[in-house]
Amino acid sequence: MTPLFFVLGVPLLGGLVLALTGHRTYARDINVTFSLLTFLSACVLTVQVMDHGPQLVWHQQFYIDPLNVFLVTLTAFVGLTTAIFSRPYMRIEQDHGKMTPPRMRLYHSMYQLFSFTMLLGFTTNNLGIIWVAMEAATLTTVLLVSVYRTTASLEAAWKYFILCGVGIAQALFGTILMYMAAEKVLGPEHATLLWTSLNDIKGQLDPTIISLAFVFLLIGYGTKIGLVPLHSWLPDAHAEGPTPVSAVLSGLLLNVAMYAVLRTKVLTDGALGTAMAGQLMMGFGLLSVTVAAFFLSRQKDVKRMFSYSSIEHMGLITFAFGMGGSLANFAGLLHMTVHSLVKSAIFFTVGHATQKAGTQVMSEIRGLIKVNPTVGWGLMLGVMAILGMPPFGVFASEFLILTTAMREQPWAAPFLFLALGVAFASILIRVLPMVFGDSTLKPLAHPPALIPVFLHLALALVLGLYIPSYLNGWYVQAASMLGG
Amino acid sequence: MIKFAPQLINLFATLILLLSFAMISQRRIVSLINLFMMQGVALVITSFLLGYATHQPDLYVSGGLTLVLKVIFIPWMLHRMIRKLNVRWDIETLFNVPTTMLVGIALVIFSFSLALPVSRLSSSLAGGSLGIALSCVMLSFLMLITRSKAVPQVIGFLSMENGLIFAATAVTNGMPMIVEFGIALDVLVGVLILGVFMFQIREKFDTLDIHHLETLKED
Repeated sequence: MTPLFFVLGVPLLGGLVLALTGHRTYARDINVTFSLLTFLSACVLTVQVMDHGPQLVWHQQFYIDPLNVFLVTLTAFVGLTTAIFSRPYMRIEQDHGKMTPPRMRLYHSMYQLFSFTMLLGFTTNNLGIIWVAMEAATLTTVLLVSVYRTTASLEAAWKYFILCGVGIAQALFGTILMYMAAEKVLGPEHATLLWTSLNDIKGQLDPTIISLAFVFLLIGYGTKIGLVPLHSWLPDAHAEGPTPVSAVLSGLLLNVAMYAVLRTKVLTDGALGTAMAGQLMMGFGLLSVTVAAFFLSRQKDVKRMFSYSSIEHMGLITFAFGMGGSLANFAGLLHMTVHSLVKSAIFFTVGHATQKAGTQVMSEIRGLIKVNPTVGWGLMLGVMAILGMPPFGVFASEFLILTTAMREQPWAAPFLFLALGVAFASILIRVLPMVFGDSTLKPLAHPPALIPVFLHLALALVLGLYIPSYLNGWYVQAASMLGG
Repeated sequence: MIKFAPQLINLFATLILLLSFAMISQRRIVSLINLFMMQGVALVITSFLLGYATHQPDLYVSGGLTLVLKVIFIPWMLHRMIRKLNVRWDIETLFNVPTTMLVGIALVIFSFSLALPVSRLSSSLAGGSLGIALSCVMLSFLMLITRSKAVPQVIGFLSMENGLIFAATAVTNGMPMIVEFGIALDVLVGVLILGVFMFQIREKFDTLDIHHLETLKED
């Protein structure tokens, strides 16, 4: 019995149990318990994979290697901390009358099912099932985005549904083309969408079909990563839903889409033998970084601003993987990790700040540090971390990405520096008055759970100062999976 | 029968494309749902024909899945929904139908030229249909852009799914079964969620006109 069954089974069961009991007061604790069990199973799975190498499970339908096991653990971890954070947060929302018992039931059940779809997307070996899981992830979160039933949240959810649906349809077309290419090599009887099998024959796949397939797959999954110009759903969906949902959407869902692109990129590189896939990714990545940085400077809503920051960072990660090579891949994976940790931590503090202020408009949130020093310091440190200040991990990964870019793609470096500079200035200028200065904010009815915030930031700090050799080996193995 | 199979398949493929065009220009919501149902029927017949010609039982299953979902359940649900929402006899004013049609034709030409190098390589009986499938996807795109009411947008979305399923059937003789079931499940859940949404939108805005959903803009 492999721990994989628990990694997938626990959140699925959790979704069903909470569909029945999610409106009760103890549902919050059940939610945390299920997330904790998922995280523990993920840890056991990780140890196994690190000791015994990649695993193929259940008729080869699931494949676990260092690349995805690291993302599984990260997802399960942030899933757990977000569940802890959401306990007091959603209770306050309920007191404010924004959540009713049926909505709480929907929220809890969908939270677990959403974790399930993400973990399924990571662990499946079947390119078709990755697609199914990505679409299911949209479906489970779309009702959470509109859960407050305000006009803005309905609009955001509708946009999210239609735009992501259209985008991901392109990815399905790409997957069909992939299958067609496999069929040409293996014959109709043995044709398969299993990634491991395709990886074995990637040198024989037809380059014409594969290059067309990759374009469709990149556009499709790129919509979910939030690559410019396919990003317009993202700030709306991230800003209008409940904050725990924003945290997992920004911190985790974008990683799943990125992972799907990476898997197909490995196949495409093998089939084409050219840098076409990498160049496309660099182009989209660079465009996203620069455009998002400038949009970011014009935001008034705090959650929207940090959503644009997510687009910027995903663009940077896409650019890093586009460059390829072991160093850039390593930096990309590290950046994925620290971005998930830091961005969700920021959303946690922002969530409590907006609850105190009763608004998401930044100019009306003032002096957090006076009312609640831990929320204030959490936000300040989180922002310092996301802006790439040393000694946090984002500094290390951005430094690696930038130096590699200067050496290998010198034309792109000025754009990256400009974008990062603009983002730095515009975020800092807005956050400083939010944290310091005089305050009119009210204290909260229930003490906020801020342990997750400082836990995330501490991990980001550790990753910036010193990567333990165990973890380092893991990253290096994962980066080498991606090839050059 | 086997001899005529490729011609018959091509015939139904063209029918699917023709129905996509019909949907673009259809103003009545009721007729739109019926057109969508007819497209589903053409899709099912193609699957069965291909299954018969290539002796692949999987294609019967996939055709059956489409039959239950796209021909019976979804149209029934949509009909019920528009009756409840009282938009059954709504007529939508469309932006300049001839221009939309011309854009549609341009999209078809574009899709065919994009698909040409790939469909030459296809080993399937209906390999030439890749262009048609891509055209259907593009035309549904166009429909999503030009329509402003919620129900036609949903139908555009579903018709795009039809185009993709047609691509999977005609070009590769069907995807692996487990994937087909996954896709069907996603479509089913998606439609149910969209149904919930329509009532929420209606309750909040008193209309199903998506143009009202344009407050979240960058300033």
